[in-house]
Amino acid sequence: MDILIQFAYVVSAALFIYGLKQLGSPATARRGNTISAIGMLVAVVAALLDQGIVDFQWIVIGFVVGGAIGGAAARLVQMTSMPEMVALFNGFGGMASLLVGWAALNPDAVTFTLITIILSILIGGVTFTGSLIAYGKLSETIGSGAVLFRGQQVVNSLIVLGILGASAMFCMEPGNSQWLFLVIGLSLLFGIMVVIPIGGADMPVVISLLNSYSGLAACAAGFAVDNNILIVAGSLVGASGIILTQIMCKAMNRSLSNVLFSGFGSGKVEEASVEGEIKPISVEDAYYVLEAASNVAIIPGYGMAVAQAQHVVKELCELLEQNGTEVNFGIHPVAGRMPGHMNVLLAEADVPYDQLLEMDDINPRMENVDVAIVIGANDVVNPAARENEGSPIYGMPVINVDSARTVFVLKRSMASGFAGIENPLFYKENTRMLFGDAKESIGGLIREFS
Amino acid sequence: MIPAEVFLTFILMLSIFLGFELINKVPATLHTPLMSGANAISGITVVGAISLAGTGEQDLANWLGAGAVALASINVVGGYLVTDRMLAMFKKKEG
Repeated sequence: MDILIQFAYVVSAALFIYGLKQLGSPATARRGNTISAIGMLVAVVAALLDQGIVDFQWIVIGFVVGGAIGGAAARLVQMTSMPEMVALFNGFGGMASLLVGWAALNPDAVTFTLITIILSILIGGVTFTGSLIAYGKLSETIGSGAVLFRGQQVVNSLIVLGILGASAMFCMEPGNSQWLFLVIGLSLLFGIMVVIPIGGADMPVVISLLNSYSGLAACAAGFAVDNNILIVAGSLVGASGIILTQIMCKAMNRSLSNVLFSGFGSGKVEEASVEGEIKPISVEDAYYVLEAASNVAIIPGYGMAVAQAQHVVKELCELLEQNGTEVNFGIHPVAGRMPGHMNVLLAEADVPYDQLLEMDDINPRMENVDVAIVIGANDVVNPAARENEGSPIYGMPVINVDSARTVFVLKRSMASGFAGIENPLFYKENTRMLFGDAKESIGGLIREFS
Repeated sequence: MIPAEVFLTFILMLSIFLGFELINKVPATLHTPLMSGANAISGITVVGAISLAGTGEQDLANWLGAGAVALASINVVGGYLVTDRMLAMFKKKEG
C-alpha cells in the first residue's frame, strides 16, 4: 500500500508540473489550472489511504470548515480585491506549515529533522503575520504607508539573533518546549517587523515574496514529515514567487534589499522644480479630440480599480473602435497592487487579452498614438523617472505617454501618487487634465459619443 | 542506499530549477492567476497535515494537524476556484 501511495505522489507531481506548463499561455491556462487541481486531488486521496490514519473525524471537519471558507471567499471576492485575498491565502498557507512543523515534533527526532521543523515554523510564522500585515495595508484597514522608527534595524537584528539562539537551544533540548514557543513567538513578531517598513506602492513585491515564502514553508514542512510531494510542490511555488519578485523589482529599477529595507516614499525627497502649468479640459472638448483620433492608447493604474471603472473603459473602447479608431492598452508591470492586477480587471470587463500590450511593446508605438488616456495611473507614467536624476524613481522604466500627441490624465485631484512624488507629466505642453471620478468622466465621454 | 536527507535535498534542488524554467515562460498578463494558482498548490501542506490529524489520539499534535488541514483546505479550495474564475474571463479577440 505504501508503495502505491508514493507512486500516486509521483503522478500528482507530474500533474502539477504539466498544469503549470499549461499556465504559460492564456489559451490553455484554464485547463492547466484544472490539471493542477486534479494533481492535488490525487495527492489528497493518496494521503487519506495512509495506514497510520485511524480516525477520520478531524480530517473531515478540517476539510469541511476550510473548504467552505475557501469556496465562499473564491466566489464572493471582487476582482479589484484580488491582492488582499491572495495575501490572506498566503498567510493561511504559512500558518498551516507552521502547525505541521510543530505537530511533527517528537522528542527522539534527529537533528536534521529538528532543523527542518524549525525552518517550517520560522518561514511559516513570518509568512503568516507578514501576510496579515500586507492584507491590512492592501485593504487599508491599517495605514498603508511605511512605518519607520529609530533603531528599527537594531530591533530587527536583535530578533534575528534571538531566533538563531532559540533555534540552536531548541535543537539541543527538543524536549524543552520553552525554546519552541520562543521561536514561534519571535517568528510571528519578525513577520510583522519585516512588512511594516514597506509602503503600499511596493506591495506587488511583498505579495510575490510572501507567495514564495508560503511555498518554501510547505517545502520545509515536507522535510519535517518526510514527504516528497510537499517538497516538489512547495519548491515549485517558491520558485514562482521568486521569479515574480524579480520581475517586480526590475520593473521598479530597485534591488530587493532596497524594497525591503528603505521605507520608500517616507523619506525626504529632493524635488526638481516643475515648470509649466496645469491645463484642465472639459469632457466635451475631450470628446472632440477623441472623435478625431485614429490611434488611442489607454494606460490604466490602481485608480481604475478604485473607481471600478474597467467596465466603462471597455464601453468607451468599443465606441472608439466603431468610430474606426485603433485602441490598445499599455500595462506597466507594477500597475496595480499585484503582478497582473490590471490584466485581470480588464479581462473581467471582456477586454480581449491580445489588446493588452506590455510596456516594451507599447513604448515604441507611442509616437504614433494620437491620444494616450491615463486612468488612475501616476508613477508608472512619470517622465521624471527618465529626466530627473534627483527623483526617487529615477531609472525606473515607465510608459512614455508624453511622446503621444496628446495625453489625457483622468485624475480625482492634484494630490500626488502613491509614492508621494510630483509628476511633471501633468505640466507638459501636450497634457490635458480631466478632473473628477474616472468612472463618471468616462461615462460623460460615452454619453457624448452616443 | 542513499540517506533520506540527501535524497530529499536532491528532489528539492531539481524542483527549484524546474520551477524557474516553468514560470519564466508565463506571460505578464497571467501573473495574477499564476499567483493564486501557485497559492492553491502551496496548500499541498494538507497532505502532510492529514496523517497528523488522523492519529486518533486526543493529543496536541492531533489538534495542530486538524488546524493545519482546515487552513490548507482554505488555500486549496479557494485558490483553485478563484483561479478558475479568473481564467474563465480571459478571452481572445473574436475574428
